[in-house]
Amino acid sequence: MSLIATLSRLEAVRTGRAQAVATVRHRHLSERPLVLVPLTTAGEAGAPLGALVGTDRDAPRLLVVPQPRDRDLRFAFLAELADIVLPYVDAYAEVVEAAERSETDPESGKRVKVEVDLCADAPQLIVPSRTGIDFVRLLGRAMRFRRTAEQDPEAPHPAPPRVPLLGRWLTHFGERARVPGSSLLLALTDLLARHWATGQSSVEDQHLGALLAWIDPPGGESGDAAARRAELARDADGQLLCPPAGPATDPAFDNKLLAPAIERYDRARAALAASEDGLEADDRLGDLTAAEQEIRALVESRTRPTWDAVWRGLDLLRELPEGAHVADRWTRDRWSFTSHRDRISAGEPPQPRRDDAVTAANKLATREREQARLDAQEALDDPLVMAGRRLAGEAFAGEVTEVVMAYSEGRRPSPRPLVTVRTEDRPHLGERTKVYRSLGGKPQAAEFVGYDGPEGGDLLVLRIVDKMGRGKEPEEGSVPQKGDPVCFTLFEHDQRGGAKLPDPEETPWTHGGPPGEPDAVPLPEQPDPPTEEDTL
Amino acid sequence: MTAPASPVLNPGAAAARATDAILRDTLHGTHRGVVVDSPPGAGKSTLVVRAALELASAGRPLMIIAQTNAQVDDLVLRLAEKDAELPVGRLHSSDTDPYDKALDDLPNVRKSTKAADLAGLDVVISTAAKWAHVKGVEPWRHAIVDEAYQMRSDALLAVAGLFERALFVGDPGQLDPFAIVGSEQWAGLSYDPSASAVTTLLAHNRELPQHRLPVSWRLPASAAPLVSSAFYPYTPFRSGTDHGDRRLAFAVPSDGSGADRVIDEAAGAGWGLLELPARHTPRTDPEAVRAVAQVVRRLLDRGGAATSERSEEPVPLTADRIAVGTAHRDQAASVRSALAALGVTDVVVDTANRLQGREYDVTVVLHPLSGRPDATAFHLETGRLCVLASRHRHACIVVCRAGVSELLDDHPSTEPVQLGVTVKFPDGWEANHAVLATLAEHRVAWRPSD
Amino acid sequence: MPPPRTRGRALGPRLAELRGPEVPPKALDARALAALAANPGCRRRALLDGAGVNKTALASALGSPSAFGMSQFAFMRGNAFEARVKADGGAELLRLVHEKLDPSAEPPAEGAVPDLAAIGPQGRAARTALALREASASGGWTLLDHPMLVLDVAGSPAFLEPDAVVVHPDGSWTVVEIKSFPMLDGSADPAKVGAAARQSAVYVLALEEVAVRLDSAPEVRHQVLLVCPKDFTNLPTAAAVDVRKQRAVTRRQLARLTRVEEIADSLPEGTCFAPDLPREELTAAVGALPATYAPECLAACELAFHCRSRSREEGAVTSLGRSLRAELGGLTTVEDVLAAAHGTAGDPGDATVAALRRAADLRAEALGEAAARREGTPCP
Repeated sequence: MSLIATLSRLEAVRTGRAQAVATVRHRHLSERPLVLVPLTTAGEAGAPLGALVGTDRDAPRLLVVPQPRDRDLRFAFLAELADIVLPYVDAYAEVVEAAERSETDPESGKRVKVEVDLCADAPQLIVPSRTGIDFVRLLGRAMRFRRTAEQDPEAPHPAPPRVPLLGRWLTHFGERARVPGSSLLLALTDLLARHWATGQSSVEDQHLGALLAWIDPPGGESGDAAARRAELARDADGQLLCPPAGPATDPAFDNKLLAPAIERYDRARAALAASEDGLEADDRLGDLTAAEQEIRALVESRTRPTWDAVWRGLDLLRELPEGAHVADRWTRDRWSFTSHRDRISAGEPPQPRRDDAVTAANKLATREREQARLDAQEALDDPLVMAGRRLAGEAFAGEVTEVVMAYSEGRRPSPRPLVTVRTEDRPHLGERTKVYRSLGGKPQAAEFVGYDGPEGGDLLVLRIVDKMGRGKEPEEGSVPQKGDPVCFTLFEHDQRGGAKLPDPEETPWTHGGPPGEPDAVPLPEQPDPPTEEDTL
Repeated sequence: MTAPASPVLNPGAAAARATDAILRDTLHGTHRGVVVDSPPGAGKSTLVVRAALELASAGRPLMIIAQTNAQVDDLVLRLAEKDAELPVGRLHSSDTDPYDKALDDLPNVRKSTKAADLAGLDVVISTAAKWAHVKGVEPWRHAIVDEAYQMRSDALLAVAGLFERALFVGDPGQLDPFAIVGSEQWAGLSYDPSASAVTTLLAHNRELPQHRLPVSWRLPASAAPLVSSAFYPYTPFRSGTDHGDRRLAFAVPSDGSGADRVIDEAAGAGWGLLELPARHTPRTDPEAVRAVAQVVRRLLDRGGAATSERSEEPVPLTADRIAVGTAHRDQAASVRSALAALGVTDVVVDTANRLQGREYDVTVVLHPLSGRPDATAFHLETGRLCVLASRHRHACIVVCRAGVSELLDDHPSTEPVQLGVTVKFPDGWEANHAVLATLAEHRVAWRPSD
Repeated sequence: MPPPRTRGRALGPRLAELRGPEVPPKALDARALAALAANPGCRRRALLDGAGVNKTALASALGSPSAFGMSQFAFMRGNAFEARVKADGGAELLRLVHEKLDPSAEPPAEGAVPDLAAIGPQGRAARTALALREASASGGWTLLDHPMLVLDVAGSPAFLEPDAVVVHPDGSWTVVEIKSFPMLDGSADPAKVGAAARQSAVYVLALEEVAVRLDSAPEVRHQVLLVCPKDFTNLPTAAAVDVRKQRAVTRRQLARLTRVEEIADSLPEGTCFAPDLPREELTAAVGALPATYAPECLAACELAFHCRSRSREEGAVTSLGRSLRAELGGLTTVEDVLAAAHGTAGDPGDATVAALRRAADLRAEALGEAAARREGTPCP
């Protein structure tokens, strides 16, 4: 953690309020995000217990699995979830704009521009916490290989129609969430922690209630006291006043409230099944409905506070102005969304259980590139982030004290002005280290020439090397003037694309050869065989 | 060198036998790959150059893949030194100053940004990153991959289509490659893109012959046993020289200061620990930094001379034969300015990452855990300590705050475990304890007020 | 080995005094022993665990009850899964051990499952040692279901009950750990696997103590078998886990537990941790034991909430995270750090203080710039 972030936490302790660690919002927030607050059943490896889901903060849809071990009830839950999520996703898939993309022409092997559709906007899924993202991935993994009765009439326990498709979309959201700076699927705790430092540790920041208590404590209370209450306070019944944001539930809730309710539900269902005539069945159906209602009420009571907290957190984030490069990164999310839409409509199989060697390497390269891009863009967008880079010796800001015109050697001399910058920063500069400043949104490069004065002193001499036009004299405004404030970074502002990897069919022998070789995974992948006691 | 009395091969013969076997497998073997583990200073570069020359002279052109431009240039220079007639191609990027200017003086070295311009040359060398952009060429029959343990699996994936068979050479004990984003998702997969190239290669090709170079020509007899047992527990090596073969002597006697005492200790024993009082400090602990600088200053001032098998006469211990190693860049920067304040500007000061593959007579190391309130995975990484403790031909002086042993003992060990990932040995925690135990025997306690 | 003497008194009675009259020692299980490695620098934890103090009861008595609870759903599922893994005389379990750890051995046709019942933990441990010896000599596959092992911890025996130990035809032993978290497509939650590995390492150490006492000195395998539900099912699958690192760490931490004596000596005469004592007295007693609280304790120690409150009251920066201290040198409290940063204390020549002031200046500058931008005034 940088000293600036450390100081922010300590200031939060001192003031009892969270402190800003960002002065702009570094992630895109949709006008109409879909919020999902899921709960699972302890010990049942991801078995859903219920969820609140929707785009309307005042009218969430409550989904409940009254007996999580019952496959049919789980399928009903997943089908309902698909009925909410898929129309939301489809609405974005349908609205497109024309865009250009460079592709390799199969005939000539040259890079050419082609016109393609780009979705004008993309869906955005918000879950309360990081474990919520894991759960989205788990749901995706569980659903995408399922077969519906239509796909496979022989399939035992066929899945409801749109469930496999939902699985593919949730998988895509889950994978995209691993890309630094992406915003298709966000965890609110991460989002808040990116913008505020609390007076507690990052471990404790995983608790949404406690985190919000620091950022926006109720009344005049201190963040510390409010957070502690959110974490620990229980009612007379031993239940947490602020239930965990899930998907795991509090054991006291399971043992004291949920288990008896599920037991009543099971009994009511058994009784209904055993009823001997219509009248009796009617009565018992009433009992069953009541038992189900009780579980629904319990699930709602545990999810609603989190649901409200998520929207409150979003309100707080919306108060921050959006960072200048956020839209650029959201466009990348839109590309990602569009290409997955295209893969689905092209009838491609679901994402495999494991990436092949080439896909894995491509994903890693993309993520490293996006991480570097994010780090650079956040610093350029936000003086507080840049302050951290300056402190780390990766950037410096100061004032121009002298400009001396100089020219490159050769037949056509170009301008190579020497600019002296006075700075209190201590950048890690070596001979000819490249540095960059933002000039009209584009990076201008310079080379470190040396110190004017003692080594490691405060006068740095730089030689500007580009973005000055084609002529012998630099274009107007392309060279800083004496007295100008400037900020240079040692990191690049843009990311170059990496080398193209071989196609998967050309995986080399060092990496096991192409998929389809004896030890490779058969494609398309087979569904998980159903067993008697599945959990998801 | 005295002839060993034991029936065990002498170091020269043992090394020669290993090299012969490697070259036999490389030139005449049936396997697509040959892997060679080379501990510090075991003649890795010599092997690469020799294998390249033998392949070339057998009429088998080859490509060489190294990891950094400095490594590539170094190999080009070494090849030219051995055979000035050999046609060598240096494939380089289109950045400014893409290669060492010294290459311009070599008439048989052709430089280009395009592989096509270098077609037909006996040896073509570049970095893995540059090779990855080469497309649509006829694959080479042979390749040599240098520093293969520092190459990431995904980098090998990008270039492996360029050759039919390859000799992979590297040091498994140095710093592992890393990714700047999480890669847990692929942990346990044989082709985890963030793993080392050799890990992936061997996971898919278990039958490949694996060799190791058994003798370190760099490390003195005082250092090889510790470095071998602490960092290469399952692939031991020994020193090519014996106790007494190397000597470090100083014309100016000790002034009794901490710096001089630790210099004398290290000159005699090969190791020296200058221990400062226990204290929690920032990374750039000014006292420790000053102590490092002071030791370097005194090494230069005392008229050191190094006697070794390399020359008849003792060789003066000059600034270019000394290096300072640190864990962090800001520490290196602080040491540089402390040295500048003492009038020393020509001693290399760098982080472990950048010292990999380099060699000096004496190294002065700021211990990665010195003054820290806590140990982290970064500071415990075995490779970092291994690099720092294995750059020297004569002596290594470590500057450190007291209390590191307790710090290690109090270090929480709650590491996550990924299924299917081979546990890497040695463990940083154990290796650190082993090194500290040896250093403790060569301890000079020092208070900055001395 | 005779128990070490302290101030003329044996350590055992001294620790009993610390627990309080008639408070039985809380048995150290493998989970507790493995947890020693979670914060080995904490003297508070070392002593309380070493003395067998019930930390759950102590935390409640201190007014900061621990939040560790177990859902009955998880409990039921764990039991059901273990029963399923061991069904049919452990046929499936033995098959997994054979497949994952010892494929070159003859496949287990019918494994022996000796009866390990005996009276008391000592009796069960003795019965287990006997069964292990017989099984090693038998040349076949044997499953020991819930054997009892004993490990010397700071001079007193800790009784440990692994889920199972399998004896291979070559006489070697494998620890089996059965967990109810899933292995999904061959991978599992690394934090949970890590915890299982540390726990298994304790069993491996205990088995090694049995092995050295046998003439045949059978090998205790350093790979343990972790058995989990496969994907979304209740069917078992397994993976080999190499626990050599965990074994080395645990061994060293156990050796260091002899410190318990030294820590006990540092306490004022009459110190007692009996949960029925008044809260103030207990708070003072616990306060006499130096702790090294860090947020990670919240997941590993029953006393964590109490220690957290103390740590925050003292303004310790580590209550915000261990890593925070890295750049703060000798400054350890929030107040000292802020005073240094704001220039009200500290020597500006000190590297830590200088860095803090620089950080504070840069932070103020950036916040000012952002505020000015929001106000609409152009930045300077």
